[in-house]
Amino acid sequence: MRRMGPEIPKWFMILSVCWLYKGVTCNSVEQKIYVALNNTVPCVRLLNATHQIGCQSLKSGSTGVLHVLQSEADLDWVLSTGPHPPYMVFMEASFFNNVTMMRLKNSTRVAGVAVVIPNTGPAQGYSPHTGCPNQNTGVYSEKYGPLLANCNNTVWNPLGNGLSYEDFRFPIFSLKDDNETEVIRKCFEDHNVAANGSAPQYPLCAMQLFSHMSAVIDTPTCMRRNHLQNSFSINPDMVCDPLRDYNVIAYLRPVNTSTKGHKANESVVIAATRLDGRSFFWDIAPAAEGTVAGFVTLLAAAHALFPVAQEVPPPRNILFTFFQGETFDYIGSSRMVYDMQNKKFEIDLDNVHSVLELGQVGLWNRQKLWMHSDPISRLNSSVEEEVGNLVNNIKFVASQMNLSVEEPSVSQALPPSSFQRFLRVRPVPGIVIADHEAAFVNRYYESIYDNAEYLNVAYPSNMSEAEQLDTVTDTARSLAEAATLVARSLYKQAGGSDPLLSNITADPKIVTQLLYGFLIQPNNSWFRALFRPDHQQVLKGVQSNYVGVRMPENAVKESTLLFQYILANLTGKATNLTQSQCQNPSDLPEESKDLYSYMWVKGPVSANETEGSPYCVRASTRLHEAYSPAFLLSDYASKEYSTWTESRWKVIKARIFLVASQELEMLTLGVGVAVLLVSLLVTYFMSSKAEILFSSARETSTTTY
Amino acid sequence: MTVAVFFGCAFIAFGPAFALFIFTIAKDPLRVIILIAGAFFWLLSLLLSSLVWFIAVKASNADNASLQRGLLIFGVIFSVLLQEVFRFAYYRLLRKANEGLATISDEEASPISVQQMAYVAGLGFGIMSGAFSMINILSDSLGPGTVGIFGDSQYYFITSALMTMAMTLLHTFWGVVFFHGCEKGNWWVTATVVCLHLLVSCLSLLNPLYEGSLPPVYCVMVVMAVWAFFSSGGSLNNLAQLCTRRKTDVSTS
Repeated sequence: MRRMGPEIPKWFMILSVCWLYKGVTCNSVEQKIYVALNNTVPCVRLLNATHQIGCQSLKSGSTGVLHVLQSEADLDWVLSTGPHPPYMVFMEASFFNNVTMMRLKNSTRVAGVAVVIPNTGPAQGYSPHTGCPNQNTGVYSEKYGPLLANCNNTVWNPLGNGLSYEDFRFPIFSLKDDNETEVIRKCFEDHNVAANGSAPQYPLCAMQLFSHMSAVIDTPTCMRRNHLQNSFSINPDMVCDPLRDYNVIAYLRPVNTSTKGHKANESVVIAATRLDGRSFFWDIAPAAEGTVAGFVTLLAAAHALFPVAQEVPPPRNILFTFFQGETFDYIGSSRMVYDMQNKKFEIDLDNVHSVLELGQVGLWNRQKLWMHSDPISRLNSSVEEEVGNLVNNIKFVASQMNLSVEEPSVSQALPPSSFQRFLRVRPVPGIVIADHEAAFVNRYYESIYDNAEYLNVAYPSNMSEAEQLDTVTDTARSLAEAATLVARSLYKQAGGSDPLLSNITADPKIVTQLLYGFLIQPNNSWFRALFRPDHQQVLKGVQSNYVGVRMPENAVKESTLLFQYILANLTGKATNLTQSQCQNPSDLPEESKDLYSYMWVKGPVSANETEGSPYCVRASTRLHEAYSPAFLLSDYASKEYSTWTESRWKVIKARIFLVASQELEMLTLGVGVAVLLVSLLVTYFMSSKAEILFSSARETSTTTY
Repeated sequence: MTVAVFFGCAFIAFGPAFALFIFTIAKDPLRVIILIAGAFFWLLSLLLSSLVWFIAVKASNADNASLQRGLLIFGVIFSVLLQEVFRFAYYRLLRKANEGLATISDEEASPISVQQMAYVAGLGFGIMSGAFSMINILSDSLGPGTVGIFGDSQYYFITSALMTMAMTLLHTFWGVVFFHGCEKGNWWVTATVVCLHLLVSCLSLLNPLYEGSLPPVYCVMVVMAVWAFFSSGGSLNNLAQLCTRRKTDVSTS
């Protein structure tokens, strides 16, 4: 329909039709002008004690003439020669690197960037994270191992270009290579490409990105503004929120959580790993090798260990901790150490015997695993002895399994790990197990490309979900071996007897199902059976491991809750309790909410039913708040603890349209003003001379025009 | 297309109507009332004709493009006829009101003549018709984009504004001529007005071939302007008098 047309029925009709019934095709003017881009992911602003990072747009959207980057000459067009600045740069992922982005960042002729992200990264690797992750909140500093601080002796992430930690004053959105991108390319080719490098003619294709961020400068500023809003406004308009969530922990032998502080006769081996990741763009963090492989291995290790260890309990307890928010200056582990120091946790640092942490293990492929330790704390002889014991235990188990596990050949720092936060406070003996001897082997550390494909977790597309769940991939097998190694080492470290070690074996089937759920499709039959009956709709899409913010404040991230349920199912027991008993077990004599968590789960669903057979799971797991102590103490400029916050925003959207030339706009305005003035003059003239002009057929002479 | 285009199109579309309102209508409350009532009558006609079109569209197959176009043409014609019916109804109402006004006024005759009522009623129709055509388009013209990404003409806003201005003025002239025809009993005059209205509305169906719709509509507007001038009491003599009066003023001063 292409007419402005016979004004009468069309406009009213169409508007009423549009409002009431969306089935009829609407052709309002807005639909002729704008094409909305729906599958976009923005980059948002994060703030810490001293800086802001990320991107933001102007308040009413950043608009620019579209230009597709295909070569270096195009970059010059955008930066200097193009006649219609500002430009909105549309690029393939191959241009999304440090060199190009720094040049664009410093230019005033760039209104924004849209990047098309494919599923696999460039072969040489790509990491937008820094080269030395969490360098200021680890254990190494001027006072502790200055030669090892700031990655002086080993750069952990050599491929890191630091783009995630730059502050861009224009919006950057990511797009997938699909129909919408085709529309953009076509619009560019039709309107913005002139022959022989001359200037293209108006109307030109343009893009507008909306991602205005409310918070500015740094965390102390935005928290101060939050307080002002809370105190003085009826409808407070917050500007930022701290990054927070919950750590998931599980005890081998239940510990009374209602009494805090030191527990007598309790010596605990902590088995730790991280739960989160990030990428350049908001809420996208597949983190397959960086995070998922680690926690899947530890889950499988717990599943293998608990039955044996509960039959023949070892002398020491084992605490499995999955820390959330480690990417952002160790939010989860710093909070746990803080709580232990201040008697707010059920055990304290005196109860901690040793720490075994799992770093990145996804790419070891049954070749070699490395045991990293901290050389500075090992200068103390008692710590050295304990660490040596731990190393020997692991080596013993590895030799039993014919696996190769070694310490790095040169003395070097600990890789970025939650264990560093324990060392900051006390020289606890500990080991970090990883698949890299020095620098990471992960070529896509904390990037959007660290996905299932990178970890070789892929299934042929013609398989059904059930078949995919059953297939045991090679990655799953190798992670299962690592899990067995970890489980047996933990048992031995906790003082368990050697003959029982061979009973502890991780099940590759569990590992492959976990990998499938966390990397490809959380909404599968196994996860659904393990989770709450009333929350099933949250399992959708590929899981994002970004820690994020919580609204309302004490809510749990859905994927963390799912993780707790999975851990409960793998380490706990099914009981006979009814649903109401499950929710209030304190009425029953043998059950205790202080020692256990009780969870009502949906249960397996057989082929013909939709409702499972639900039951109550009892497990000694719980959630521990991963909220940085800096916010508890209101010390927003803290150098000790994580101060990361995420800005709030109102609108995030993107659209493309044509823009007209300035000349046409001014011409329209000029014609309008001319018409108005002429009509005013003519009307005044005719009105004042009306007696003369309309004299012949007047009926009365009393009124004048 | 930004604020410049918004104001430009607003001035083009509503400039003449605004000028006419300021200088001829605003001072006299009776004329204001007749203007607003005229606008309301036009709105009623739109409501009824749109109901009919809406039912027709809902009852038909939405995917059949030629059927939808046919329904649109039917809607246009039906609406034009209904508008003219309401114009006639308003004429009857104003005639009745004129008698009432005559009885309650201090002098013998009504304070407002039929010709003045015709002009005001026509302007009322025109303003409301213009508003309905143009407001939607004006609000979209405030944004940064212009029409064209799907291949439409980029002059959409300007041509819409020009068309709206023409329609507003045309409604005014049609009002004058129509009432004049009804007063004198010249039904062929009334019929011509209806036919011209149909012609103009159907010409707009030719859009986006703007060359085919705008110039003919402006020609019709000029013709109607002349016709309305003559039927409301103007003549060439008066124009000549105007010039000589001016000349005598100049020579005497």
